[in-house]
Amino acid sequence: MDLSEINFAVLVASLIVASTPLVLAALGELIVEKSGVLNLGVEGMMIIGAVAGFIVGVETGSAYIGMMAAAMAGALLSLLFAFIILIMQANQVASGLALTIFGLGIAALMGHPYTGIKSPQISTISIPFISEIPVLGTMFFQHDLIVYLSLISVLVIWYFLNRMRAGLIVRSVGEDHDVAHSLGYRVVTIRFLAITFGGAMAGVGGGYLSLVRVPQWTEGMTAGAGWIALALVVFSGWRPFRLLIGAYIFGGITILQLNLQAIGVNINIALLSMAPYLATILALVVISMSRFRGNRGAPGCLGRSFVKIT
Amino acid sequence: MNNKIENTLFQCRAINKEFGNVRANNDISINVRSSQIHALLGENGAGKSTLVKIIYGLLQPDSGSMTFLNEEYSPKSPKDARALGVGMVFQHFSLFEPLTAFENILVGLDKELGEKELHASVIMLSESYGLEVNLSSFIGDLSAGERQRVEIIRALIQKPKLLIMDEPTSVLTPFECESLFKTLKKLASEGTSILYISHKLKEIADLCDTASVLRKGAIVGEYDPKKMTPRELGEIMVGQSLFEPKRPVAANRSNKVLSVKINEVKPDTQFGVTLKNIDLAVYQSEILGIGGVAGNGQEELMQVLTGEKKDRNVSIKYMDNDIEMLNPRERREIGLAFAPEERLGHAAVGNLNLLENSLITDPKKRFQMKMGFIDFSELNEYTNEIIEKFNVKTTGVSALASSLSGGNLQKFVVGREIGQKPSLFIVNQPTWGVDALSAANIRQAIVDIANTGAAIILISQDLDEILEISNKVAFLTNGNLSIPTNTMDIKTDEIGAIMGGISD
Amino acid sequence: MFKLIPRENVSPVLSLLGPLFSVGLTMIVGGILFYFLGVDPFAAIKMIFWDPLMSETFSTYSIPQIFIKGAPLILIALGLSVGFKANVWNIGAEGQYIMGAIFGASFALSLYPLESIVIFPAMILIGVIGGCLWSMIPAFLKVKFQVNEILVSLMLVYVAEQILALASLGFLRNPDGAGFPGSRNLNQYTSASNAEIIAGTGIHLGVLLSLLMVIFFYVLLFRHSLGFKIKLLGNSPKASGFSGDNPNKLIFLCLTLSGSLAGLAGIMEVAGPAGQINIDFNVGYGFTAIIVAFLGRLNPIGIFFAGIVMALTYVGGELTQFMLNLPAAAIQVFQGMLLFFLLSFDLFVHYKIKLKGNK
Repeated sequence: MDLSEINFAVLVASLIVASTPLVLAALGELIVEKSGVLNLGVEGMMIIGAVAGFIVGVETGSAYIGMMAAAMAGALLSLLFAFIILIMQANQVASGLALTIFGLGIAALMGHPYTGIKSPQISTISIPFISEIPVLGTMFFQHDLIVYLSLISVLVIWYFLNRMRAGLIVRSVGEDHDVAHSLGYRVVTIRFLAITFGGAMAGVGGGYLSLVRVPQWTEGMTAGAGWIALALVVFSGWRPFRLLIGAYIFGGITILQLNLQAIGVNINIALLSMAPYLATILALVVISMSRFRGNRGAPGCLGRSFVKIT
Repeated sequence: MNNKIENTLFQCRAINKEFGNVRANNDISINVRSSQIHALLGENGAGKSTLVKIIYGLLQPDSGSMTFLNEEYSPKSPKDARALGVGMVFQHFSLFEPLTAFENILVGLDKELGEKELHASVIMLSESYGLEVNLSSFIGDLSAGERQRVEIIRALIQKPKLLIMDEPTSVLTPFECESLFKTLKKLASEGTSILYISHKLKEIADLCDTASVLRKGAIVGEYDPKKMTPRELGEIMVGQSLFEPKRPVAANRSNKVLSVKINEVKPDTQFGVTLKNIDLAVYQSEILGIGGVAGNGQEELMQVLTGEKKDRNVSIKYMDNDIEMLNPRERREIGLAFAPEERLGHAAVGNLNLLENSLITDPKKRFQMKMGFIDFSELNEYTNEIIEKFNVKTTGVSALASSLSGGNLQKFVVGREIGQKPSLFIVNQPTWGVDALSAANIRQAIVDIANTGAAIILISQDLDEILEISNKVAFLTNGNLSIPTNTMDIKTDEIGAIMGGISD
Repeated sequence: MFKLIPRENVSPVLSLLGPLFSVGLTMIVGGILFYFLGVDPFAAIKMIFWDPLMSETFSTYSIPQIFIKGAPLILIALGLSVGFKANVWNIGAEGQYIMGAIFGASFALSLYPLESIVIFPAMILIGVIGGCLWSMIPAFLKVKFQVNEILVSLMLVYVAEQILALASLGFLRNPDGAGFPGSRNLNQYTSASNAEIIAGTGIHLGVLLSLLMVIFFYVLLFRHSLGFKIKLLGNSPKASGFSGDNPNKLIFLCLTLSGSLAGLAGIMEVAGPAGQINIDFNVGYGFTAIIVAFLGRLNPIGIFFAGIVMALTYVGGELTQFMLNLPAAAIQVFQGMLLFFLLSFDLFVHYKIKLKGNK
């Protein structure tokens, strides 16, 4: 074992890449939950994004077009969920699970002929001057467009929720849909939009996995990333910046674990592979223990059906 | 004639609205004139709320038409209503507890307004109408009166020509009521019409210029409340003269049934109330009334009394036994019974049928056979008995609790508890949202079991109800309980002073 | 536009109709899907739903197979349904199933080649305990710290899968297996083998137990006060507390009960049809059982039929894979679709729909 083989700057850079799918999917889910909807189908939407992004990427030869297709595929699948819970009033937990099962199946079906193919490359954009800074430049400023976009999304979503009227409306719908309705807001429409946005973000997250992070298509390749994204939302206390930090900590554990495997540390691979999942559970426990009694931060109507009386 | 039409601000004609098989509004026509305070009077379930929701654009009528400022008016949403100049203050406030007062005002406006601009107009409004509010505090931390002021400011900021107030005084202390009336009178004198919904007759006589009375979804007539006695108006509202239950006659008051001492109990929720310095006792055949405005610790006190919340800082003695560490089931087993305020989701469950709802409180394991199996024949019999004795209108024991009207469900809940023949019955808001006849019956049932020797703790925000049937009264303000006094000895202005403690 | 009017009581006819309708709709939409996959939809649907039961060529093999595949589904779904009724969402049954198998198999294999009559019952008990312990983790965290049980139980599936890999490649690897992954075959170890109880069919004790459990759960849920307490908790935790129940105890019970049953299914499977612990031991029964629980409307009798239908899609799905080259994932899509239709149909069970005649 030789720990000096691990280059710290490269490690940080790769943890950012590893975390990006999580950041994207979790940010989407954050908005969905802020509007009062619990969509447990993140895993399903991510894998649909992964497969659709990969197929379109390979066929067009452009990773960017693939990424857009991934967003669309995720959004499309989330519309199905939106219809079932908002129009048909189905239980959100069960419907989210159905979405995951369905998405995994469809993705396996679609992706079968594409197994083992290489994806088109996505280019890194080195930000002039600052990317030249030793160590820091390698860590933060030599990434692809999607990484920068994910960071910008954190800022935008924070601004949207805390500084914009539209964000205030989304939050109010999530806190109390009956009151929001009595003020004249269209609860169902707002939630439809939020769910679709969440779907698109999960889709991009999945696309990033298959096109950049891995980059390859394998069945079931999300391997619980969607669920970890859900856990991150809880961990963040529904706050975008904490979500980013959580995702990077998580990405760090994953990358460290992979690096340890690569340099042949004398720990069983299976044990190392468990680490991310155990870390997620640990994070959930820590956050549940430390929070004020009464779950501050969770939207008041999270997971509840809205029935309009007409 | 001409003059009258010119004077009319709002008019509705032949409004009809059905929910399922219930006709909530039946051919309703009213006429609200400029600068007037127009009362919409009627008991619970008469259709007042449905009508004002139609006017505010929250509901669409099945048929009928409305005019506002001499033009056809058919709002598709509250946004339309606000844009045209109709504002509304809801009974159960349309505010978001985890958001600040400022955010709440902002979210109720239909256009983006600069922060400074908004602050300025709020300060102007609060000064000219005496509506003081701290904009940066969370709604959950505010008292009911303060919350209402936030709602009123939010409505006034859009300069409405017609302001709808839905039962605004039901959550206010007497002092707060007076200052509200001042605000409303000032608004009317400046040209705003107010549609004032209430079933409280005295305040209508004080405040309103006209009163339209609703009964069972239809208009009974339009009256001048200043020319009638509250009693006359009341009989028109209810449609019959009601019997008034008499408080239990003193029998054997020497036997103390329950005494409760609380030093301090902290709430479980972020916006809950801390209970402090509570010392009460209730005797056999006695009704102890606990009054006070909503949100002053009623819910929290009830939880301590039922055993849903156990706390070391509480001492509860029931017939010489310490019971503070017993759970609700164990308390029922020794003769207590409870009916909490929230009918659906606490005392009863909407998705369960009436049989299953009977099973929720089963102190004597009456509905259980050996090894915990359920005795359905006994359960059936008991449930039918409640339905019959308390005249619960339902399709049968397999009807879901959610299909019962508020009044019927409350009769079922009270019946279920009284049927267990408790020695101590603790009830919170037994007649809230219940029609007058059912309310009188429920009160009578409570008085009846007191007369047979049970002790009663009656928590209620309805002051008239407390004064009518309690032997002793005490008031909750901010989690503190005043010293219980004999109902006969207390004067109305004293009550105001005791309850007034809240607004400081 | 339409109007929703709540029903006065839940319509029993519609409750039954929902699953039937959903299966029918799934066949139609699934058929369309098959068409686009280049498979004759009528042949595929017939092969999934009809041939396993009726075809002379396949049915002698398929019919017992339906029960064998149905047994773990029914066992797991029964346990899950109790939790779902209480609003407690154990979705990690797959992990508890794996742990049940590993626990039981480890016990038996540690005694190999000792033969004794007590090994088999002890192994089953230890399998149940394994599943139960694994579900106790989310149960404990939920009750003690209010940690979301959905996420914890699911994360533990991935952990269990890694432990499975660890076992197959390491501590349970067959020493006589020429270095191949996987444990010794329990079917070749008489004292631990969950042998068939009807010769030539493969039907084992687990099938019988699954039937007994259906009856047991029916009585528990509909005739016993514990069943009522669970239902009350699921509908209103506040009313449950008011009734005098301790919601935490009930939550703990629901989670560990479902974990135990998943463990039971796991040990039955590893000692019976699967035969050995291996990397690919788990095939998703723990997840499919979620669908079974809903398809059976959380009712034990319903779950029995739902388990059979779902097992039919597995058996029929294998047939179509063989005969028509239909990808295996198509069946998963099929199952997901079924759950969607089913959940949507609930609207009609709880509400009457009235079309609004626009004047």
